[in-house]
Amino acid sequence: MMQLESLYTEIIMEHAARPLHAGLREPFDAEVRHVNPTCGDEVTLRVTLKDADGEPAVADVSYDSLGCSISKASASVMADLVIGKTVSEAMTVSEEFVGLMHSRGEAEPDEDVLGDAVALAGVSRFPARIKCALLGWMAWKDATARALSEREMDAPDADREQL
Amino acid sequence: MTAETSLDVARIRKDFPILDRNVRGERPLVYLDSANTSQKPRQVIDTLTDFYERHNANIHRATHELGEEATQAYEGARIKVATFIGAADEAEVVFTKNVSEAINLVAYSIGNATAGAGGADSGRLRLAEGDEIVITEMEHHSNIVPWQLLCERTGARLRWFGVTPDGRLDLSRADELINARTRVVALAHQSNVLGTINPIADIAARAHEVGALVLVDAAQSVPHGLVDVRTLGADLVGFTGHKMCGPTGIGVLWARRDLLATMPPFLGGGEMIETVWMERSTFAPPPHKFEAGTMPIAEAVGLGAATDYLADVGVGAIQAHERDLLRHALEALAGIGGLRILGPAEPVQRGGAVSFTVEGIHPHDLSQVLDDRGVAVRAGHHCAWPLHRALGVQASTRASFYLYNTHAEVDALVDGIRQAQKFFGTA
Repeated sequence: MMQLESLYTEIIMEHAARPLHAGLREPFDAEVRHVNPTCGDEVTLRVTLKDADGEPAVADVSYDSLGCSISKASASVMADLVIGKTVSEAMTVSEEFVGLMHSRGEAEPDEDVLGDAVALAGVSRFPARIKCALLGWMAWKDATARALSEREMDAPDADREQL
Repeated sequence: MTAETSLDVARIRKDFPILDRNVRGERPLVYLDSANTSQKPRQVIDTLTDFYERHNANIHRATHELGEEATQAYEGARIKVATFIGAADEAEVVFTKNVSEAINLVAYSIGNATAGAGGADSGRLRLAEGDEIVITEMEHHSNIVPWQLLCERTGARLRWFGVTPDGRLDLSRADELINARTRVVALAHQSNVLGTINPIADIAARAHEVGALVLVDAAQSVPHGLVDVRTLGADLVGFTGHKMCGPTGIGVLWARRDLLATMPPFLGGGEMIETVWMERSTFAPPPHKFEAGTMPIAEAVGLGAATDYLADVGVGAIQAHERDLLRHALEALAGIGGLRILGPAEPVQRGGAVSFTVEGIHPHDLSQVLDDRGVAVRAGHHCAWPLHRALGVQASTRASFYLYNTHAEVDALVDGIRQAQKFFGTA
């Protein structure tokens, strides 16, 4: 069972059993629905942005997901990591995580950047499961890009108060 | 253990080199994913090697000895396949890439006829606004999407047979669903998820009353020797080589010669023509009219070897063995708490693919635990998303059996599921 336990670490099992920030909340700036076409798993995810000293930051990420332990745990870890960060910081974490997933088990994950997400490192040795782990992250990235572009479109409107 | 069958499984297993290997370290492979793709016997592998080592050349055009041998091997494979499915004539066997291409060939041919190709001879195939194509909720995506695309191109309407809670086709509305507007009825012979074997002859009889063509996706039934095209009732039958001990990249469309003759071509290219002018071309007679470009020659020859192999073992013995495995699996799986079998719970009008859900464990997580123990199954929606929605499940785990599987392998599956329940703390 060595290989199995390197995949289903205690941290993953805990996040899958009690996912953080789960559920859909109002208000939100953008909502997306992503599916994993191989298994039909899906996540609906909302992003709320705020202003942090002139820079967009993640105020909230809420989501509703149907999926396996890996995809549930990964969404939970992701939401917990990105909430409170500036979008730019969060994107860096996201890139680091995507890199880890494509490392075929070779990478030395940086816990300072990735926090609990290092517990998902084992997934990178199971190519069929990488999509599971990335589902929530890709949804977050997509929703954030949409929220940002809406802010840009709104920006010239001086009467409208920015977040 | 129930009654032994006449199949010598130990001897059969020796024919399949891959069954000897270990996976995930030192775990012996327990391969229960044959509905996805079957393993290949030494006889098929050797045929491929021998073809490439001794006879490789292009077919139908090389004037040298190798060309003659390759052509003979390729056309010989067509005869073997025709014999295996009871076709009257090998000209009724069109080689394709797979069953998806076979179904697309038919859908595009009908679309081309609708656009005017084929002239008066193809009139019967022409679709008009308001015409209907009937499929079922238990279809594989390959027997759904080509028809959706055809409907988009022609304005025809796609209609669906539903599925009953126990995984059979709901035939209660058959007379309304198949009506004077129906032009094509396309359905699976055996569901790749539920294992259900559909009553093709009854449905075809109704379809023929209204003048509709019947296409059968036989990808899951031909491998088990369940298809005799003389009695099946279908007008068109598609299947694929890799699920029946043959190579990937080779499939078959069967249809009667007169029907093939009226179907306009799908893919244009080399070898499918009679004459080519700058303004237009005329086409070779079937089956070559539908085989454009250099075909997967070695793969076709390999498929011929696969039909030889299955015929030598004996389809009756294969079916009896699989029924025995299925009975054992259905009984053993029914004893696991929280496990729901999708599809018929009894081994009646049902093949050896068993899909199920296990309460509290996602199919991906379950299959991961099974894989860790060397048990290979499929997890997901098995390219049958509408069926999973109809059954109210997001995804399932499927174990599928073939001639080389054993009772011990079914037991390994059952043990693995119980282990997963322990691992995830659901039992």
